[in-house]
Amino acid sequence: MNTALSWIKAYVPELDCTPQEYLDAMTLSGTKVETYECLDKNLKDIYVGQILSIERHPDADKLIVCQVDLGDKKLQIVTGAPNVKVGDKVPVVVDGGKVAGGHDGGPLPEDGIVIKNGKLRGVESFGMMCSIEELGSDRNMYPEAPENGIYIFPEDTKVGADAIEVLGLHDTVFEYEITSNRVDCYSVLGIAREAAATFDKPFIAPEVKVNECSDKIEDYISVEVKDTDLCPRFCARVVKNIKIAPSPEWMQRRLAASGIRPINNLVDITNYVMEEYGQPMHAYDLDTIEGKKIIVKRANDGDTFMTLDGQERKLDGEMLMINDASKAIGIAGIMGGENSKITDDVKTVCFEAATFNGANVRKSAKRLGLRTDASGKFEKGLDPRNALDAINRACSLIEELGCGEVVSGVVDVCEPLKELNRIKFRPERINELLGTDIDADTMLKIFKKLELVYDEANGEIVIPSFRQDLEGIADLAEEVARFYGYDKIPSTLPSGEATTGKLPFKLRVEAIARQVAQYCGFSQGMCYSFESPKVYDKLLIDENDVIRNAIVISNPLGEDFSIMRTISLNGMLTSLSTNYNRRNANVRLYEMGNIYIADKLPLEKLPDERMQFTLGGYGDIDFFGMKGVVEEFFDAVGISGKIEYDPNAGKNFLHPGRQALIKYQGSILGYLGEVHPEVADNYELGTKTYVAVIDMPNVLPFASFDRKYVGLAKYPAVSRDISMVVPKEIMVGQIETMIAQRGGKILENLNLFDIYEGSQIKEGYKSVAYNITFRAKDRTLNEEDINGAMKKILNGLESMGIELRA
Amino acid sequence: MNEKLEQIRQEAIRQIENSDALEKLNEIKVNFLGKKGELTAVLKSMKDVAPEDRPKVGQLVNETRAEIEKVLEQAIKKMENIKREAQMKAEVIDVTLPAKKNQVGHSHPNVIAMEEVQRIFIGMGYEVVEGPEIETDYYNFEALNIPADHPAKDEQDTFYINGDFLLRTQTSGTQVHVMEQGKLPIRMIAPGRVFRSDEVDATHSPSFHQIEGLVIDKHITFADLKGTLAEFSKELFGADTKVRFRPHHFNFTEPSAEMDISCFKCGGEGCRFCKGTGWIEILGCGMVHPNVLKMSKIDPEEYTGFAFGIGLERIALLKYEIDDMRLLYENDARFLKQF
Repeated sequence: MNTALSWIKAYVPELDCTPQEYLDAMTLSGTKVETYECLDKNLKDIYVGQILSIERHPDADKLIVCQVDLGDKKLQIVTGAPNVKVGDKVPVVVDGGKVAGGHDGGPLPEDGIVIKNGKLRGVESFGMMCSIEELGSDRNMYPEAPENGIYIFPEDTKVGADAIEVLGLHDTVFEYEITSNRVDCYSVLGIAREAAATFDKPFIAPEVKVNECSDKIEDYISVEVKDTDLCPRFCARVVKNIKIAPSPEWMQRRLAASGIRPINNLVDITNYVMEEYGQPMHAYDLDTIEGKKIIVKRANDGDTFMTLDGQERKLDGEMLMINDASKAIGIAGIMGGENSKITDDVKTVCFEAATFNGANVRKSAKRLGLRTDASGKFEKGLDPRNALDAINRACSLIEELGCGEVVSGVVDVCEPLKELNRIKFRPERINELLGTDIDADTMLKIFKKLELVYDEANGEIVIPSFRQDLEGIADLAEEVARFYGYDKIPSTLPSGEATTGKLPFKLRVEAIARQVAQYCGFSQGMCYSFESPKVYDKLLIDENDVIRNAIVISNPLGEDFSIMRTISLNGMLTSLSTNYNRRNANVRLYEMGNIYIADKLPLEKLPDERMQFTLGGYGDIDFFGMKGVVEEFFDAVGISGKIEYDPNAGKNFLHPGRQALIKYQGSILGYLGEVHPEVADNYELGTKTYVAVIDMPNVLPFASFDRKYVGLAKYPAVSRDISMVVPKEIMVGQIETMIAQRGGKILENLNLFDIYEGSQIKEGYKSVAYNITFRAKDRTLNEEDINGAMKKILNGLESMGIELRA
Repeated sequence: MNEKLEQIRQEAIRQIENSDALEKLNEIKVNFLGKKGELTAVLKSMKDVAPEDRPKVGQLVNETRAEIEKVLEQAIKKMENIKREAQMKAEVIDVTLPAKKNQVGHSHPNVIAMEEVQRIFIGMGYEVVEGPEIETDYYNFEALNIPADHPAKDEQDTFYINGDFLLRTQTSGTQVHVMEQGKLPIRMIAPGRVFRSDEVDATHSPSFHQIEGLVIDKHITFADLKGTLAEFSKELFGADTKVRFRPHHFNFTEPSAEMDISCFKCGGEGCRFCKGTGWIEILGCGMVHPNVLKMSKIDPEEYTGFAFGIGLERIALLKYEIDDMRLLYENDARFLKQF
């Protein structure tokens, strides 16, 4: 919300501070000022001058030479402006003065433009006459300014006066960020009330007095509210003999500073009151209202309505409409109708100031795709008591501006108003909440400034209706804190029982995973939780795979962000692809993020959020490198037993011959493999890419940080090498299982040191060689021990069809 | 005999002094001191010496041996030094050649910021808690004093799954989960991912991270909130950091505040970074709203508390001067390597 300081000062006349002081103080008392703009910051030495004579420039067709009276002196000024004539009063910047911009209305330079005496084509010029653009504004704000040329003041403007003053530019416009609870502060009066309390100056509300003519409103209009649930109050007043004219300059300037374009007196008054009271108003041409009757009721599903912007709107049964005896004439709280809008020929006007249900207005506006200044105010939930004040203010301005004659009486259709809220005054509780020692009198003084009335007899604070946000003692505490000063509240640490800082086990395991990944050269990436359903096709996932049962977002940012991911690979492969296509060599990434698995769709209970530890890389890595990282992680979290790798992982997106499920004690901990070449193509990955996905919830039950020391070996180890010829289809994992089973207690370690397929080995076989180490804890092994164990192993291997090589 | 020994001694020392290689010294050692060496020969000829002279001669032999050994040792040492020096001279490397680095991975800037924040609060006795990312309307809004039809729901641009389920817009719902467990006092932080339907651009992301904090106990005050967050800010941004609390509004706290810290780039004097104000907005906070306590079955007359919410990305972007939020989700290795 933008408001000129001059408007605030109209209600807080004693306010006297610099813009920066105002910004700081208001921000610290809770009315946050985002920024401000001094309208005159680059305007200097500009006066009202009157053109005494105009001569043609001797050497330039497009220039004229003017003699200009500035009151205390006369200056010769050369200009190229086409619109000036003798007798015109114009803004003149003199030697050494400053203007805000160029005459073309382009972006304003930071420090303005300094004007100096000079010669134009040989003729001396002692200043410059200014267009509205040169003064830093435009025709939206000053509609009377000519489209192209010098700004011309009204005839009665005093020659020699400060032109900046005359134009109302000695002003500062503040931009506020109003919080949603302070509905009252979406109005100039609300902010002025806060400013008065902040600076401890009196707040003087505008005087509202309506003289009225003798006509009775009953003869003009009646109002019936059928859907009172959506319209707790509807006030109407009538103004006859309307005289449309421009509104006075002070009103135009204030509206302009608020970003509202001045139009004419009638429109400007409704806008002015909307800004001032925060109460939107609407004006209907009474002659277009059939049957002298306004009926407020819900629309019918499928009705259409032409709003005053000329757009046809489709309505539904939850949208509240303003109707006359036979047709709709406005969408309540959002926009009036084309059929009842004010034209320049209007004779009689019906003003509406109503209170509509905020949520309903908000939802209707959303469905219509039509948010207006009015709906923006209504949707916050307005104070019904404000409507009557606002409509009377508008009528008093009508009279003040000579815009028409106000018909006597108000039609006020109003549900019983809610009693004013009362809050028990408990100063000790306020101090308990704040940690302060503020005396009750100080608190009451603050309340008084805010128009909160102390009912001493009942020990209660009576809350004015415009402060709907104040409900209980905590709210009063905030009011006290705001004006006592947040900065004056002491700074302490919580007392009471000591508590232990803790990181849950799950997060500790995740931290270890991150550490291991980083030791192994993987950097942490972050991917979105939502993605496109097309991901499944990219990953070659079967049409009927359960993994496709993703939770769908009903209002996504677009199809590409429309489902909650059920697999973490898309993010990883997309990130790797980004790197690959930016020619980053040897990239290793990992991600720690959830997938979302629904038990049932549509969702009936919270889904299973499964943390996935996803690793991916290309370049200097292969399957076994990736497997190594995975095993480092398992080691680090204390998973020490035998991990199995099942090549039948069944992952379509991985190379069929280079994938494995990772199993441990019957649980599937994850999978790893080389990305299927077709999937790699889909992601524009032109290189072999490896991934591993660890399903953390399945790892957690096995993870442990308990470690037990095993004594360092005292007795020597004995080792034996065996070399064998193995049918190709037998995996070394099977050989190792056999050796482990047969080796007995004394088997300490087995180490694969050679594997070979090729010319010296017969077709369908491979050569495999192990170094096996034996050791006993309690003695030195003898030949018999070793031979016995070896024999068992060899027998076992033979039973698998393995031949020993000489 | 004396003369013989003196002759041996002189001859040995002469040869040692003339030697220019270790091998030669070894040869000398063998020739003079070895089993078939000259000194040994002298010892062997002791039988020709008169018995009464033998101790004296023996002593002389030993002295001669010791001296030769000493000179020899010095010579060997010197020779070894020369050899080592020569070798090292040959081994001189260009230390400005590139380093052979291990490829070590890097933490995501968000996570670095998160772990910092966690570390500080764990140190202050807070427990880290996680909540679900897909939440019910109740925990995300209603239990936080944001009833149905409240405009705040629209302000937060919520992603919905259906009427009941949504992507949490704030980590604040985790507060409610913890309060409902009924174990008091509470000191917790809840880090996590949250979602709002903002289009992706340099300063917005539909998915980002927050850390929620909650303290509930008897006699917790707004002053405690101020003190706690001031300590936290000093830990995170440096001991000179000043904090400023401004009144604000959140449905689930009352009184509410936003906290600014003095700009860590200019120290509060005003710069491009803090838009000339000297302050940087860092978090929202307040005293837990009595309605929120009541809904979680905690008596607001007996217990009070404070809560705060910190945007992690905001901290990461500020601390590392990252000018485009999209970088955080692109995962370009050249970006990640810098943290």
